[in-house]
Amino acid sequence: MGRFHRHDDLSGYATGPDRVIVLERIFGENDRAAAANRRALDEHGIRCVNLMSSPGAGKTTLLVHTLRELASRNIRVGVVEGDIETSIDADRLTGLGAQVVLLNTGAGFGGECHLDAPMVARALGQLDLAGLDLVLVENVGNLVCPAEFDVGAHDSVMVYAITEGEEKPLKYPVMFRSVSVVLINKMDLLPHLDFDLDLFRHNVAQVNPHARLIELSARTGDGLAAWHDWLAPGPGGVRGPPGRG
Amino acid sequence: MHELSLCCSIYDIVGRALALRPGHSVEAVNLQVGQLRQVVPESLEFCWGMVTQDSPLAGSRLVIDQVPVVLDCLSCGESTTAADVFMLTCGSCGGGTITVRTGEEFMVTSLDVVADDVVAPSERS
Ligand SMILES: Nc1nc2c(ncn2[C@@H]2O[C@H](COP(=O)(O)OP(=O)(O)O)[C@@H](O)[C@H]2O)c(=O)[nH]1
Ligand SMILES: [Mg+2]
Ligand SMILES: [Zn+2]
Repeated sequence: MGRFHRHDDLSGYATGPDRVIVLERIFGENDRAAAANRRALDEHGIRCVNLMSSPGAGKTTLLVHTLRELASRNIRVGVVEGDIETSIDADRLTGLGAQVVLLNTGAGFGGECHLDAPMVARALGQLDLAGLDLVLVENVGNLVCPAEFDVGAHDSVMVYAITEGEEKPLKYPVMFRSVSVVLINKMDLLPHLDFDLDLFRHNVAQVNPHARLIELSARTGDGLAAWHDWLAPGPGGVRGPPGRG
Repeated sequence: MHELSLCCSIYDIVGRALALRPGHSVEAVNLQVGQLRQVVPESLEFCWGMVTQDSPLAGSRLVIDQVPVVLDCLSCGESTTAADVFMLTCGSCGGGTITVRTGEEFMVTSLDVVADDVVAPSERS
């Protein structure tokens, strides 16, 4: 009582604090969980594709077409739906022949901003993996965070709406660098916008020269064949991991 | 953005490291953050305060060492520091076929700890 705690002249401070070396990657735990997801998928010969975009770019609309088409090609699809803004979003994907798991990402501070590998692991646990060829993950609509978190997919794909302008590849290079394919969606709106497609392609190439670009419209269905063929190449078959059928 | 969940990961890493040093408190958590990481240092620090309040790590600081982006050019062989993270082209020949040498780091490098009896002197002293 009434006594000062004079930290500055305590003898223990003469040597200062001790430094403990840690050297542990902050994404280490997520990356280990992602690798485990990929192993589980590989064991079942399942390919997994992670779909990312800004909110409203058209991921769910596209999935509705894609699930129908893949069902007609006898490809058995599971969906991990992590981008539920309304209950309508969840309903849109049911009854299309796919197994759908909804991830509740609404918890926490204003909702999760990304899916991480442990969340996807929980969702995979609810799917009957033995009965699937392909798992599609609809990530949270956000151009920053999902690019940082490996969920265990074999490929990442971005859905980009031409209403978003040409500059986003330069503003979100980490996202654009993380994907193998950029789907250029809402092409039906091109006549109504002053979107410069060549400039957009140039901007993507600047940050990711390897990305494949596919123009399509999830509203009219134009261009979807190229996307479905990339997703499920060959007549009636999904690329499996090596050593499998 | 996801700074809160990152702080939870950092918290777990620090907790595990501290378990090997019983009787010590953490003053500072030293991080290496590459400039290609989309992490805002101020919001990471803010979230650290939220995550650690009322915990054994309350009052500890995050010390962030930002690592510049260094690119190795596969065309001309030069290594250059990227002028900005939005133009990942070789600073020497302008080539676009590059690999990222540094700038993607994101790790807890070390902790600065003090023995608890030093932090909280007994009333006898
Ligand atoms: N004009 C047009 N609208 C689209 C297209 N694809 C999606 N939309 C609309 O964009 C809005 C958001 O789509 P949604 O699939 O929910 O986006 P998500 O948030 O990425 O899942 C909806 O109103 C869709 O009808 C398209 O190709 N053209
Ligand atoms: Mg959606
Ligand atoms: Zn060069």
